[in-house]
Amino acid sequence: MTTDALRATLRPLKKSRPFDLAGLSFTALSGFAAFLIVAMVAVILGDVVIHGAGTVTWEFLSAAPKEGMTKGGIFPAIYGTVLLVVLMTVALVPFGVGAAVYLHEYARPDAWFTRAVRFAVANLAGVPSIVYGLFGLGFFIHFIGGSVDRALGLDVVFGQPALMWAALTLALLNLPVVIVTTEEALRTVPREMREASLGLGATRWQMVRHVLLPQAMPGILTGAILSVSRGAGEVAPILFTGAAYYLPFLPHSPTDQFMELGYHVFVLATQSPDIDATKPLLYGTVLVLLLITFLLNITAILLRARLRAQLAGRS
Amino acid sequence: MTTGSRPLRPGHDAAAFRRHQILRENVIAWILRGCAFSAVAGLLLIVLFVFKEAWPILGDRVTQQEANLAGFFSQPLWQPVSETPKYGFTPLFAGTIKVVLVSMLFAVPIGVLAALFATEFASPRLREILKPCIELLAGIPSVVLGFFGLMVLASWLQPITHAPVRLNAFNAGIALGLGIIPTVFTVCEDALRAVPKSFREASLALGATPWQTAWNVALPAASAGVGAGVLLGLARAVGETMIVLMASGNAAITSGDVFDSARTFSATIAAELAEVVVGSPHYATLFFLGALLFLLTFFINVAAGAFVDRLRRKLAGA
Repeated sequence: MTTDALRATLRPLKKSRPFDLAGLSFTALSGFAAFLIVAMVAVILGDVVIHGAGTVTWEFLSAAPKEGMTKGGIFPAIYGTVLLVVLMTVALVPFGVGAAVYLHEYARPDAWFTRAVRFAVANLAGVPSIVYGLFGLGFFIHFIGGSVDRALGLDVVFGQPALMWAALTLALLNLPVVIVTTEEALRTVPREMREASLGLGATRWQMVRHVLLPQAMPGILTGAILSVSRGAGEVAPILFTGAAYYLPFLPHSPTDQFMELGYHVFVLATQSPDIDATKPLLYGTVLVLLLITFLLNITAILLRARLRAQLAGRS
Repeated sequence: MTTGSRPLRPGHDAAAFRRHQILRENVIAWILRGCAFSAVAGLLLIVLFVFKEAWPILGDRVTQQEANLAGFFSQPLWQPVSETPKYGFTPLFAGTIKVVLVSMLFAVPIGVLAALFATEFASPRLREILKPCIELLAGIPSVVLGFFGLMVLASWLQPITHAPVRLNAFNAGIALGLGIIPTVFTVCEDALRAVPKSFREASLALGATPWQTAWNVALPAASAGVGAGVLLGLARAVGETMIVLMASGNAAITSGDVFDSARTFSATIAAELAEVVVGSPHYATLFFLGALLFLLTFFINVAAGAFVDRLRRKLAGA
């Protein structure tokens, strides 16, 4: 039977099917759910852009808050955010990449230690961010900071909220992100390359250092960028570990407190005595925060797409 | 490259070089193992220090005179800074349940249906629009969703719901729902995509319509993954802080009405911890709340993990 003949026999079958109201409404309902998501994203972003675009000027980005935060700009908050994520990345990436290399190249999959690490990674990702804040306060500030102060006979230098404690708290929060994305990237490196390298007499570390890591670099960058974007937006973990409501000066030491964009949004939205006066500043701050996180996310998404394409091309 | 560039000149002690190399490899392996251990250490330290600061509630007489387990569950009021502090969990519990329930009722149907739409019905082009939107939504920091709930959503919802106050559990629940839709969607979509194409082809070949196939074949096959998505969404909803802190009104009142202001466990910690005296009963109580939050989300996540394993086994057996 030719395909045309087959089609001819099938066509009447298709036409005889009764009008399917349940199916149609079900399909429409699921389409509506998808539409709702798109619409809500558009509404949120549209609202922020429409109300915030007028505020974001060079002066807004480069000046400090003035007159009880009803005028001026957000430069200290931008500066603090950048310092925070830079410190976080420095603390985070070596550990995250090291852990992923261990899990993927060195660990025996069934060893109890490997299983413990995987269990910890999976569950760290699920710990609420406010609990990280509690942990930062209890461990970094009171335990570590307090002990250092007592040991050095200092007054209170380390045992108080500070940039470095907030950065370390965020680093732990983002550890699973970096480990998971790095491992995914290591998986994309073809086995032949490993074998060729080992076959030429390279030691395992030489193979990792000169073959594996350069190959997996886009994936490692993706993880780092994603965690920076998350770090820039997370407020709950830094509430008690270092973020300041308002500072008249820029932080110049890791033991200083700092202003941060996300926390600044929270402060402007909830603590302002005159919300109408702060509203333009608030929208401007939200817009800047969104732009930063989205630019980072888009970079990460593009990198990951390239990585996945590479993986698909190889398997 | 130590091996490659070093010439094997006369007198070169190959054995010593080899010993050196083995030592170096071992040291590096131990360093990497240490990095991996940092994840385990992090989790252990979180448990240790959150529970350590909460311990006075269970083990310190002086603290117990003011804040104790019996009081948490029998005392009807949460007034930690009044003259005689009252630490009753009932209002916080009521607030948490209301907000989380609203957010789940909002986010789960939308997330699951949209995932079904994306995998079963949508044309590739529609999917190209939907997926980045989900990624965008997932990328919005929770403080921005809180801001949106506080400044915008509340003003839109109040005329519709006729709630007595602008900021209430319903408002916070919707804003929180926005935050967990990406979680529910992503996990469900992954599960649906993992269902083998042959399942659908068999169903269609037997004369089922696409929606019958989606509802009766794809969704049941992926049910464990959908369960995991719902549980992961629940864990996020319970632990999420900034959204509820900003959009719920933060009044610790015991009421069953979703249009009253509400205060959740997480928001209570965020709102009060900055002002408490370190080591005071109030401080220990807030850490105790944090420990409860940790345990709750921990068990929900473990359950979600079990669902994912079941899905993997089910589809591997197919």
